[in-house]
Amino acid sequence: MLSTKLCGIKLDNPTILASGILGVTASSLINAANNGAGAVTTKSISLEERKGHSNPVIVTFEGGMINAVGLSSPGIENGIEEVKEFKKRSKTPIIASIFASKTAEFGEAAKRISEAKPDLIEVNISCPNVEAEFGKLFAADAKVAASVTEIVKNSTKIPVFVKLSPNVSNIKEIAKAVEAAGADGITAVNTAGPGMVIDIKTAKPILHNKMGGISGAALRPIAVRCVYDIYETVKIPIIGTGGITNGRDAVEMLMAGATAVGIGSGVYYRGIDVFKKVCSEIEEFMKKEGYKNLKEIIGKAHEN
Amino acid sequence: MKTEQPIVLQIKKIVNEASKIKTFIFDYRLDSEPGQFINLWIPRFDEKPFSISYQDDKKFAVTVACIGPFTEKMCSLKEGDLVGIRGPYGKSFNLKGKNIVLVGGGCGCGPLAFLADEAVKKKINVNFIIGARTKDALLFLERMKKSNIKTFVTTDDGSFGVKGFATDLLKDFLEKNHIDAVYSCGPEKMMKKVAEMCKNKKIYCELSLERYMKCGFGICGQCCMDDSGFRVCTDGPIIQGEEALKLKEFGDYRRDASGKKVKL
Repeated sequence: MLSTKLCGIKLDNPTILASGILGVTASSLINAANNGAGAVTTKSISLEERKGHSNPVIVTFEGGMINAVGLSSPGIENGIEEVKEFKKRSKTPIIASIFASKTAEFGEAAKRISEAKPDLIEVNISCPNVEAEFGKLFAADAKVAASVTEIVKNSTKIPVFVKLSPNVSNIKEIAKAVEAAGADGITAVNTAGPGMVIDIKTAKPILHNKMGGISGAALRPIAVRCVYDIYETVKIPIIGTGGITNGRDAVEMLMAGATAVGIGSGVYYRGIDVFKKVCSEIEEFMKKEGYKNLKEIIGKAHEN
Repeated sequence: MKTEQPIVLQIKKIVNEASKIKTFIFDYRLDSEPGQFINLWIPRFDEKPFSISYQDDKKFAVTVACIGPFTEKMCSLKEGDLVGIRGPYGKSFNLKGKNIVLVGGGCGCGPLAFLADEAVKKKINVNFIIGARTKDALLFLERMKKSNIKTFVTTDDGSFGVKGFATDLLKDFLEKNHIDAVYSCGPEKMMKKVAEMCKNKKIYCELSLERYMKCGFGICGQCCMDDSGFRVCTDGPIIQGEEALKLKEFGDYRRDASGKKVKL
């Protein structure tokens, strides 16, 4: 009832552990899979080892969560090992997230991570937390986003999803550009903002990076709108990510046009078994409303 | 609505416990359980997890060894300075039986001292093996004696108490006495020995694990241990000895801030 397909890869259910959450090690990814995730995504892996920002890296507020982990990564060799280890121990599809600071390096990272044979590669061109380091987002410019996509596509035979940022004036334009450049799918969206929380007693921003990407409830309506816009523009599948914590949120995202849904901060709000919970809630809704499969739901909000 | 934002507190009192080890006392009702931890935030500097070493209705304390950039900074702070706390986080110790042994190594004695206080309130007989490298690094001896807790001291160099390791004393203890449960916190290799001894003798045992943490509330994935993906911040830091022995990396390696494996 809940199965779905992304570029020919079958998922038992549409919930995917989003990148950046519990994704540092194979063991942790397997823990998410054992708790019901239909697929899992690694934390973004870079060629070089990176420590990320100092703590605090995550803070929550009434409307969700703000994070600036700063793309910590054990480096490509260790990243390959973790993906291989996951493949050895689990049948759940794994998406390897990669990022780089230069366009050419994305190709190298894609080529290297392909050695571990992940089921999909997700290209993170939209992390808002390292702008000071890397300058403008790759995802903010259609031409740049397309050229990263093209380089990655030329470096691997594994299907490539490009993760877009909601912090752009016209996401349709970016989506169209990455599709034209050969992307096999789109993950929408990365965190919004960036936002900031200041401690008023010390008058200091709490996050060490001062600002960070917003996820959770505040991001959800923005993510739904982005997915809705992208679905109208491209033919490739979309992983809809942003503030999904329950079955209702997941169904909403599917109706906007997502083929599968990413869950990240939901792990904090409902525990690591959030995947199982969301799945049973989707199923309950489908039975009540008479839906037989996800195909009947995906993109339904676009019908007049 | 509960949010994971630091509560900023004044450092009420600083006590020099031993050489380069200080206890920071705060006037704040924390309502934590022994074994739980807080994230201690030095604004615009960094944030790290620390176990609670003392708690009553009005106060709590953490005990810090000045050994790295964060703890050196912490130890340079003065009474009246402001720091933030988040938590309490994590699972706590579970007291079992009527006659227990605590095995502490270095700063690991912190959460055990808090546990000892709670055990005494419940009329449990507490035997506390306090291990330290040298006499200068010895923790909580006077405080525990005042509470009528039976203390046994070992130092690596023999400068105080019995020369040797806390585990040597534990071995002897378990052979000569009927013990219901053992609780340990300290260097991981020491805790591994404790867990193995207790497993062999079929004695209930709990340990306090430590791994590099970023969030402290179960989502960043930095403190997850192989092979089960055990999240030290939320599934731990307290774990049953037998469960710890099932973790492949226990006593062997950990991961650093980047996620790379590092030998213990």
